[in-house]
Amino acid sequence: MSPVDTDSRPTLAVWKFASCDGCQLSLLDCEDELLAVADRVQIAYFLEATRATVEGPYDLSLVEGSVTTAHDVERIQQIRSASRRLVTIGACATAGGIQALRNHSDVDDYARIVYATPSYISTLATSTPISAHVPVDFELRGCPIDRRQLLDVIAAFLGDRRPNGVGHSVCVECKLRGNVCVMVAHGTPCLGPITHAGCGALCPTYQRGCYGCFGPAEDPNPASLSSQLDRLGIERVDLVRMLRSFNVEAVPFRDESARLDENGGSR
Amino acid sequence: MTHRGGEERIFSVDALARVEGEGGMHVVIRDGHVQDVQLRIYEPPRFFEALLRGRAYTEPPDITARICGICPVAYQMSACNAIEALCGVTVDGPLADLRRLLYCGEWIESHSLHIYLLHAPDFLGYDGAIELAADHRDLVRRGLELKKIGNQLVELIGGRPIHPVNVKVGGFYRVPSERELAQLAPRLEHARQLAIDTVRWVAGFDFPDHVWPGELVSLRSPGEYPITGGRLVSTLGLDIGPEEFEERVVEEHVAHSTALHARLVERGEYLLGPLARFALNAHELSPIAQDVAREVGLSPDERNPFRSIVVRAVEVLYACDEALTIIGRYRQPDRPAVDVPPRAGVGYGWTEAPRGMLWHRYETDADGTITSARIVPPTSQNQAAMERDLFNFVERHMHLGDHELGHRAEQVIRSYDPCISCATHFLDLTVDRA
Repeated sequence: MSPVDTDSRPTLAVWKFASCDGCQLSLLDCEDELLAVADRVQIAYFLEATRATVEGPYDLSLVEGSVTTAHDVERIQQIRSASRRLVTIGACATAGGIQALRNHSDVDDYARIVYATPSYISTLATSTPISAHVPVDFELRGCPIDRRQLLDVIAAFLGDRRPNGVGHSVCVECKLRGNVCVMVAHGTPCLGPITHAGCGALCPTYQRGCYGCFGPAEDPNPASLSSQLDRLGIERVDLVRMLRSFNVEAVPFRDESARLDENGGSR
Repeated sequence: MTHRGGEERIFSVDALARVEGEGGMHVVIRDGHVQDVQLRIYEPPRFFEALLRGRAYTEPPDITARICGICPVAYQMSACNAIEALCGVTVDGPLADLRRLLYCGEWIESHSLHIYLLHAPDFLGYDGAIELAADHRDLVRRGLELKKIGNQLVELIGGRPIHPVNVKVGGFYRVPSERELAQLAPRLEHARQLAIDTVRWVAGFDFPDHVWPGELVSLRSPGEYPITGGRLVSTLGLDIGPEEFEERVVEEHVAHSTALHARLVERGEYLLGPLARFALNAHELSPIAQDVAREVGLSPDERNPFRSIVVRAVEVLYACDEALTIIGRYRQPDRPAVDVPPRAGVGYGWTEAPRGMLWHRYETDADGTITSARIVPPTSQNQAAMERDLFNFVERHMHLGDHELGHRAEQVIRSYDPCISCATHFLDLTVDRA
């Protein structure tokens, strides 16, 4: 155990719910900054990194993953009450993740497809974001999150300021990078116009259309994008699939995919 | 937590730390003998095989990457192999080289993470790498530096270290120029030296006397150390292609785990990963990796799972060396990908993830819509072997007190580098003695 009594550094805790581990790994991926961060904060609970744990309350809790079990419904309450600030990291914690595709299906069917003895499986019918259960101080987007944004969020909350987050779309980042628009120039379907910035317009930089892993931008206009993609000859079924991926339960994506589906999404 | 009542003695340690994902372990001791050992994987299921149904055949590289943030490239590569096999397409030449190069980056990154941040603290008596850094900052820095170079390789080719965006069925969206790759060569040469230092460092640890006596299984691909494909072979003469895997391996669903346990039909549990790859393919390593392995006394006969940390370090060295070889011969292809038209059928693919062989199977209809998918990750294949090994270990170390035995048992599990997110997971150790 660490010498908690004499440690005056703020405490940081990292929690995992249903997820791939990638967003908390982003903290360990800050190879140049990790040791400096550990100097400034006391890593009080981060099982992937250390066996040593310190009891709460915690100054800042980072929460990865979505809520998919009855036990986790209770666990997130306990974590919230032990945390001065709570920040969700990534698409699972912020929007329910790819596993929220179950919300559109029968979860018992899902369990039967994967497991020989579905009765051993205890799971909720839905995958829900952390904000559906407890108040959240800030939501960091991305599947996975961007590690530079993660460092800014940690610095911001420890310094009692708001993070430098912006709500604009990936299109702005493309312009800042000087990318040629993949949709205008090549007819490549791209969710950039309705997707939250933060990745640095990664996909268009690699000659591919954005696939929306950072979730919806502020005030997106998905119907307008759907019309544009329709004009490009993108099939309805493919557009519905594009919207129903890592942020399927984010409201603008969910509602637009439902609208398209009702209007003949299955072709 | 310890409960004592009459003859019964139960204790639990809440969670196994420094593994990827979360799981528990339950040990029952009665009359001085181990009665049962269970790795409890209770990380909630995410149902990937179900949610892939109805998706397009082009989507598994992006979707299955999300099974694991530590080895997303492994998922992307196995998915591509399976779907390209289904569609009757072969990806070779510089595009296959780029895939292998990307995979080398993931091996460097994932193995360095395990060696320095997750595993080494056990041998040095620390709770974790942060605590280790308080006394040995330069050592941890070296590990982070190595890990970073692996990530830079993944980032250059894939766009980002976790869930790379540049992989597609048929190849890539964009291929790097020769110059872009060459810029990374000095970094990789530096990494190769760090890897040599790492092998020598970890080989000097004090290893418990322990042996995994069972079958070791790995891919084998003549002329190269297995990463991106091959046939599945074993120390007991197994030799099969990916389409035979389903007939030869059964997955069992047990109550204490959301991961399925794999066993070879009529042969039982088997072990995948660095120890198995090295036992079956050490002769395919590059000369420098073979030399350094020999120097530290590592032989293909090595069967101590604790010493898999040494094999991991040798594999990091090999991955750096192999990356440099690929960069040296790379010529930018004219097109970033080959066309892969959809068709109805079944396809199988596998590759060597850092933790062992990862198998995918897809079935599609004529327009490429996926009608069924099956994924067998290395950690769920290793789960039965880990339980067997833990059983043997606890049986031989019962003289230790609860606390010490619990801690040592945790270390047995960590030596396998289990990825519970892959297998689905929370290692919560409970030992029940009566």
